[in-house]
Amino acid sequence: MRRAPWIPIVIMFVILVMAVFAPLLAPYSPIDQTLHDKLLPPVWVDGGSMKYLLGTDAFGRDILSRLIYGARVSLIVAALALTAGGGVGLLIGIVSGYVGGTTDAVLMRMVDAAFTFPAILFALLLAVTMGQGLGTLVIAISLLLWASFARIIRGEVLALKQRDFVALAQVRGCSSARIMITHILPNVLNIFMVLITLNIGVVIIAEASLSFLGAGVPPPTPTWGLMISDGRGRIADAWWISLIPGIAITLLVLSVNLFGDWLRDRLDPRLRQL
Amino acid sequence: MKRYIAHRLLQGVLLLCLVASIVFFVGRLTGNPADLMLPEDVSAEDRAALIQVLGLDGPLHEQFFIFVRNALHGDLGMSIRMRQPAVEAFFSRLPNTLAIIPWAILLAMAVGIPLGVVAALHRGGWIDRMAGAIAVLGVAIPSFWLGILLIFVFSVQLGWLPSGRMGGPSHYVLPVITLGTFLIAGFMRLVRSSMLEVMDSEYIKLARIKGLRESVVIWKHGLRNALIPVLTLWGVFVGNLITGAIVTETIFAWPGIGRLTYEAVIFRDFPLLQAVIILKSILILSINLLVDILYAYVDPRIRLA
Repeated sequence: MRRAPWIPIVIMFVILVMAVFAPLLAPYSPIDQTLHDKLLPPVWVDGGSMKYLLGTDAFGRDILSRLIYGARVSLIVAALALTAGGGVGLLIGIVSGYVGGTTDAVLMRMVDAAFTFPAILFALLLAVTMGQGLGTLVIAISLLLWASFARIIRGEVLALKQRDFVALAQVRGCSSARIMITHILPNVLNIFMVLITLNIGVVIIAEASLSFLGAGVPPPTPTWGLMISDGRGRIADAWWISLIPGIAITLLVLSVNLFGDWLRDRLDPRLRQL
Repeated sequence: MKRYIAHRLLQGVLLLCLVASIVFFVGRLTGNPADLMLPEDVSAEDRAALIQVLGLDGPLHEQFFIFVRNALHGDLGMSIRMRQPAVEAFFSRLPNTLAIIPWAILLAMAVGIPLGVVAALHRGGWIDRMAGAIAVLGVAIPSFWLGILLIFVFSVQLGWLPSGRMGGPSHYVLPVITLGTFLIAGFMRLVRSSMLEVMDSEYIKLARIKGLRESVVIWKHGLRNALIPVLTLWGVFVGNLITGAIVTETIFAWPGIGRLTYEAVIFRDFPLLQAVIILKSILILSINLLVDILYAYVDPRIRLA
C-alpha cells in the first residue's frame, strides 16, 4: 500500500484553514486601497518590508490578504460546482445505466455532445448575457463536469446491474427507483468520491481561467485568477502580483491531484485509467 | 463507408443546430437581446430600427426563424465594437491562430511521443517517474500563468524573446510553448499506456522471434500500432487547442480568434461572441468529423460497428 501523501494533505489543510478563517488570518482588508504603499515588493526582495510579507499590488492592496481571501472563492466555487455538476452527472449516470434502452441512448448522445463542445465557450456566453457572478460561474463550471461523471458512473452501473443482488431485488418486486437508490447508489459512491477529488483541480483551474478572462466573480472580490490578470501588465516591474497567486494555484491543484491519485488507488485500483 | 460518413455528417449538423439554438435562447434569457447587441449610448430610433429588422418584437419562433435565415446567409450580426460584420472579423483573425496551432501540436508530439515511448519501455524506472512528474505538473500549472512566467523569465529577465504581438519567428516561440505544453502531458500519458499494451501483444513477440532489431520492433511495429488510439483523440486535442488559444493569445497579444473571443467578453460584444461561438463550433465539429472519417479509414472495425 502506498503511503499517504502527507505533504499534499498538509498543503490542502493549510489552504482550507486560510479560506475558512480568512477574516482572522488576513493582516489587512483584501479590498481597501493604500495608494502610498503601492507596488511594494515581498519581504525577501530589496525594498520589501515586514509590513507586507508578500508585497502589494498597483492599488496598494496587500497580496497576502488577497491570497488568503482568494482561497475562499476558489474553494466555494469548487464545492458548489462539484456538488451541482457531479450530482447531475451521478443522477444521469445511474438512470442511464439502469433504465437503459431509449433513455440511455438519448442521455448518452447528450453526453457525447457535451464532450465535443468546449464548455468554456458556454461559460463565456453566460458571463456576457447573465452578467458576472458566483451563480453564473458555478453553472458554467458544472456544465464542464457533468458529462464525464455521467459517462463513468453509467459504465459502473452497467456492471452492477448484472450482479445477483440487483436481480434478487427485482425478483422481490422492488421498484426501479428503490433499486437505484438503495442498491445501486451506495455501490457507486466510492467511484463518485474518487471522481470528485480528481476533478477539484479541474474546477480550480477553470475558475481561475474564467476569472482571468473577465468572466469570473466580478472585482474587487479577490480571486487568484483575477490577481494573476491584475499583475499581467506589471510583470516587468512587479512580478509578485502575478507570480505568487499562480504558485498558490499550482500548489493546491498539485496537492489535490496527488491526494486524488492516492485515494483512487486505495479505494479502487481498477480506476487507474481515469 | 459512405453510410458511416453520412451518419457522422448528420450527427455533426444536429449538434451544430443544438449549439446555435442554445446561443439563441441564452441571448434571450435576460430581456430584449437588442440591448445586448447595441452600444449603451444608442438612440431610441436606432434601437427600434434593430428590433424591427431582427423581428425582436415578434414571437420567439419568428425571431428564431430570422436568426437561422440570417445565419444561413452568413450573417451573424454586427460587432458592436469593431463596427463590422462579426463573421468578417472572425475570418480576418483566423489565419493568425492557424499559424500557431500546428506548431503547438508538433511540439506536443515531438516531446510527448518519445517521452511516452521511453517511459513505457522503462516502466517504473527513473525516466518513467520523471515523465509521471511532468504529467502531474502539466495538469496542475494553469496555462495562462505559465505564459506569464515564460514572459517573466525569457523576456523580462533574460531578454531573449519578445513578450508578445505577431512578428518574426522569435515571436512564435513563447506562445507555441505555452499552447503546446498543456497537450504534452495528455499525449505522453496516452502514448505510454497504449505502448504498454502494444508491447505486450503477440505480434511484437513474433517480430522479436523473427530476429528484428529491437529499435525496429519498438519504433516501427510498436509505435505505429500504439498511435492508433492517439489518433482518435486528435479531435479532442484540436478542440482543446482552439479554446486554449483564448488565454494564450490574450497573454501574448496575439491577434487570432482566441484574442477575439477575449475581446468580445471584456467589451461585452454579444453579437461578436455569438458569432465566434458558432463559428468555432463549426471548426471543431468539422475537425472531429475529419478525424473520425480518417480513423474509420485506418481501422475498419470502427465503420463496421
